[in-house]
Amino acid sequence: MGAVSGISARGVGVRYNGRVAVAGVDCSVEGGEWVALVGPNGAGKTSLLRALAGTVAASGMVAVGGRSRREMPRRRWARLVAVVAQHPLLPAGMTVAEYVLLGRTPHLGYLAAEGANDVAAALAALERLDAGALAARHLGSLSGGERQRVVLARALAQEPEVLLLDEPTASLDVGHQQQVLDLVESLRRERGMAVVSALHDLTLAAQYADRLLFLDGGRVAADGPPATVLTPEVLGRFPGARVALLQGPGGELVVAPRRAGPAPPAA
Amino acid sequence: MTRSRALRRLSPLPVGVLLLLLLGAMAAGVLVGAVGLSPRAVLAELADRLPVISVDSGLGERSAAIVWDLRLPRVVLAALVGATLAAAGASYQGVFRNPLADPYLLGVAAGAGLGATLGIVGTGPASPLVPAAAFAGAVVAVLLTYALGSAAGGGRSGTTLVLAGVAVAAFFTAVQTFVQQRHADTVREVYSWILGRLSTVGWSEVTLLAPYAAVSLVVLLFHRRLLDVLAVGEEEAATLGVSASRVRLVVVAAATLGTAAAVAVSGLIGFVGIVVPHAVRLLVGSSYRVILPLSVLGGAAFLVLADLGARTLAAPAEVPLGVITAFVGAPFFAVVLRSSRRGWGP
Repeated sequence: MGAVSGISARGVGVRYNGRVAVAGVDCSVEGGEWVALVGPNGAGKTSLLRALAGTVAASGMVAVGGRSRREMPRRRWARLVAVVAQHPLLPAGMTVAEYVLLGRTPHLGYLAAEGANDVAAALAALERLDAGALAARHLGSLSGGERQRVVLARALAQEPEVLLLDEPTASLDVGHQQQVLDLVESLRRERGMAVVSALHDLTLAAQYADRLLFLDGGRVAADGPPATVLTPEVLGRFPGARVALLQGPGGELVVAPRRAGPAPPAA
Repeated sequence: MTRSRALRRLSPLPVGVLLLLLLGAMAAGVLVGAVGLSPRAVLAELADRLPVISVDSGLGERSAAIVWDLRLPRVVLAALVGATLAAAGASYQGVFRNPLADPYLLGVAAGAGLGATLGIVGTGPASPLVPAAAFAGAVVAVLLTYALGSAAGGGRSGTTLVLAGVAVAAFFTAVQTFVQQRHADTVREVYSWILGRLSTVGWSEVTLLAPYAAVSLVVLLFHRRLLDVLAVGEEEAATLGVSASRVRLVVVAAATLGTAAAVAVSGLIGFVGIVVPHAVRLLVGSSYRVILPLSVLGGAAFLVLADLGARTLAAPAEVPLGVITAFVGAPFFAVVLRSSRRGWGP
């Protein structure tokens, strides 16, 4: 894995056809650190992830361990930064092993074929995510939890220093949400990967991330440990939100939504 | 573990089967024809041309010419055209992630049609300028499509390119129809050109097509892993370090070169570019590492067989080759489609 370097952004801005999605964001994430991007819909979380991934034209500077995105070809950047998209396209007829092997692409020459070490790396990544048994399955036959583990394995096969996740728990049940986040947690510890993830669920974000980056209108509204970011003032920035900040049995933060009007009678 | 099932690679069995099919089809194409020549004599005639071997076939000069200047070049031409169209079709389906893509998607057909029509009107149907005009028309049409698509979508979306192709094709077809209307006497020649045929005397068409086909096939085959990368979408491909627009440009350029050359010598032969890659996909899986090389072999064999039917079914007349490819290809494809539960991915 080499140096544990992390990713940093300076004055990053993203526009789509003149509309500003991200405006001058500064942030840095150390190797082994997990930062969750939180904020209302349209706050710029996905756009910021795209800017970090280098898949959208962005102003400002993005660098991994001091090596700027602009100074290297796309393929070398892909060896440093892996992305798990919110709705990855999984071709139904492709097998899981074939898909995970695509993660070796940045390590191959333009027209080269994978070698035995690439196959080994892909299968090891699959095993690491307890998905070795899925290798010969078609992507179209996977359940939601299996899909997410397979996509993570593909990202892991890239052997990145930075892992970007866009809503990795969307459309998973609560058990599979925790399973996926636990896997990310153990991976960042054992490999020293910097993890940046957009997360809707504030309770999960507070429990798993070291720091929260609260985005609103494309700008950083708050940045710090979950307890300092999740305050009534910051939560008030979610349009229409009615939430209570509670403490769980272990002292963890819980953001509990509350319905409008009087509470329904307990059954 | 089940690694071979998990990572489908080109295995010797389907390659061997298709190679045998191709060789058998080519042998049948050389042995069978309007003039009855004994198979034994034809084989002896062929063997005689090999180095070292010397056999007297007993064929007269005229019969030998039938083998050497009519049947063999035609069979080789059919194999080259079939391989080129099938490889181009498979590549287009991959690069546009569109199961309906065929080699004529970006205006090749309309461009070649206009070029051939102008050539036939201007210099007569037998003129050697007709293939050149068709080739030029096809290349110009795709260049226009690319220019229009890049101007509209910044070259970033395959869909923009396909839509630009629709516009360019409509325009070229309109011009072609207009020219045809003004020269109604050439309608028959233009029509027979559009239906596709492989009537050839001697090796000139083969030598014309061979270099383009070779370059096109080599480039496309080298891109088969990248076509698999594109299957996960343009943004995912970018996060894997692959520029989808760059791969698309190279693949479209190579496929266009091969298709334009094939169309120039054989007219518009439909169906090969769609039916062969899909049959391969349904039978052996969706990885382009497998689809592309097997489509090359399968396309060659398919067109050699179709052409054999075209010149023997209604002998001495010829059935248009495009009629045969659709007539045989459609039911065959329906059977493959029905017997397979493996669908095209989303």
